Amino acid sequence: MKMVAAVIKPFKLDDVREALSAIGVQGLTVTEVKGFGRQKGHTELYRGAEYVVDFLPKVKIEVAIDDDATDSVIEAITNAAGTGKIGDGKIFVSNLEQIVRIRTGETGSEAI
Amino acid sequence: MVIKNSIRFITAMVFMLPMTVYADELNGADTAWILTSTVLVLFMTLPGLALFYSGLVRAKNVLSVLMQCFAIACLASIVWMVVGYGLAFGDGGSLNKFVGAGKVLMSGIGLDSVSGTIPETVFFMFQMTFAIITPALIIGAFAERMRFSAVLWFSVLWLILVYAPVCHWVWGGGWLSDMGFMDFAGGAVVHINAGVAALVAAIVIGNRKGFPQTAMPPHNMALVVMGASMLWVGWFGFNAGSALAAGSSAGMAMAVTHISAAAGSLAWMACEWIRNGKPSVLGIVTGMVAGLGTITPASGYVGPLGGLAIGLLAGVVCYFATQYIKRGLKIDDSLDVFPVHGVGGILGTLLTAVFAAESMGGLGLEATMSSQLMTQLIGVVATIVWCGVITFIILKLLDAVIGLRVNEDEETEGLDIVLHNERGYSL
Repeated sequence: MKMVAAVIKPFKLDDVREALSAIGVQGLTVTEVKGFGRQKGHTELYRGAEYVVDFLPKVKIEVAIDDDATDSVIEAITNAAGTGKIGDGKIFVSNLEQIVRIRTGETGSEAI
Repeated sequence: MVIKNSIRFITAMVFMLPMTVYADELNGADTAWILTSTVLVLFMTLPGLALFYSGLVRAKNVLSVLMQCFAIACLASIVWMVVGYGLAFGDGGSLNKFVGAGKVLMSGIGLDSVSGTIPETVFFMFQMTFAIITPALIIGAFAERMRFSAVLWFSVLWLILVYAPVCHWVWGGGWLSDMGFMDFAGGAVVHINAGVAALVAAIVIGNRKGFPQTAMPPHNMALVVMGASMLWVGWFGFNAGSALAAGSSAGMAMAVTHISAAAGSLAWMACEWIRNGKPSVLGIVTGMVAGLGTITPASGYVGPLGGLAIGLLAGVVCYFATQYIKRGLKIDDSLDVFPVHGVGGILGTLLTAVFAAESMGGLGLEATMSSQLMTQLIGVVATIVWCGVITFIILKLLDAVIGLRVNEDEETEGLDIVLHNERGYSL
């Protein structure tokens, strides 16, 4: 089992959600985050006081998947979240040790 | 037949005589207008200034600003009633050149007391709203770092030792009014006073932790604009109400006030657009405040062209003053009280001499322009010196006795939690 985390541009959330749904990924967790990679921030000016805002708002999606779904999930997210411009984000894939469905107690692949 | 018609004619003429035959008696129209103006000027503080200032600070300090404005409104009201009004407008006897006396706890002011053509209670209230907003303006200088008890003590002492005397000099029959100093609605009494006190306070208390490197942008610009809008509307009571009568003087004061507000807004907006490439909403409303503050002393003496000129100059001059104080001198007058109210007040008080002249479209000067300019300058300098020195002393005294500033950790956590045990927003 894998945990796929993707940091994407906030306005791409709906597209990514639809794309994942289309390949059968049922649930996901979304968090609002701030961050930067190569994308520059912006400046704000208040009565002459200039502030450089480095951190950009992003959205982080986390989905738990079966190992064999990894490639299709990566492809779906990449296609849906990409704009071709700097700041599109990154996908992180890590190993998932255990999953438990709280309501039923199911574990492993049954709980995905 | 001729006699009957003559009698009819004469009777008609008698009944058409104007009713204002008696000079110093109650005039209903004047009373109604000044009652209304009192409402408008209180509205400038609550909630106008409160919203304007609270939106400008960080979220963790929003309540501290609202609390300070509200508490000062309450405290200043009582101080005014107990002793302030008498110090400002009473008869100081042998000391009347410098300060008034009497009318303690409104003694002698009853239902029938008259001040000009309005009840004295109305005059008392109208002037009270000025005594409320002036100390409230100052809090912008030390926002986000001053202890609440210190704010309260400061406001009381400042009202008694600075505001009341200066008010007496200018409006209460003191030495500046004897000299012919022209300050229609409070260029010196309110704006120079508040501005200079703010500058002194910002210097004495010191900059906010992290200033100027750390970003401390306004947390809620919507509140700022709402508050600013209320200030514009309320200012009609401030300036047009200072005519103390419902008539042509109030009308012209309202017109020039409005023109100056609009001109100041556009001038500041233009400055930002040219220098920064983008006009900001904070800029346009600050320009508005600059325009309004600067026209205040001149509002009853200048004509529409004077209003326009003063507004445009205010927008530009106060814009550069703001840049200089914060970025040049690196003084953390947090909400820019001195560059807007102080500089604007000084500019407007001096320009009154210029634009009041008939040649400049004004309503007329009694002295020559240059001699009036000198009188204005004397008043400006006197206000700056008295206010600056006394404010400094009050602050140093308070710092020694109770301490002015919260400590670093408290400042980082935010005054709302630390001083008031409250959160502005539970999201």
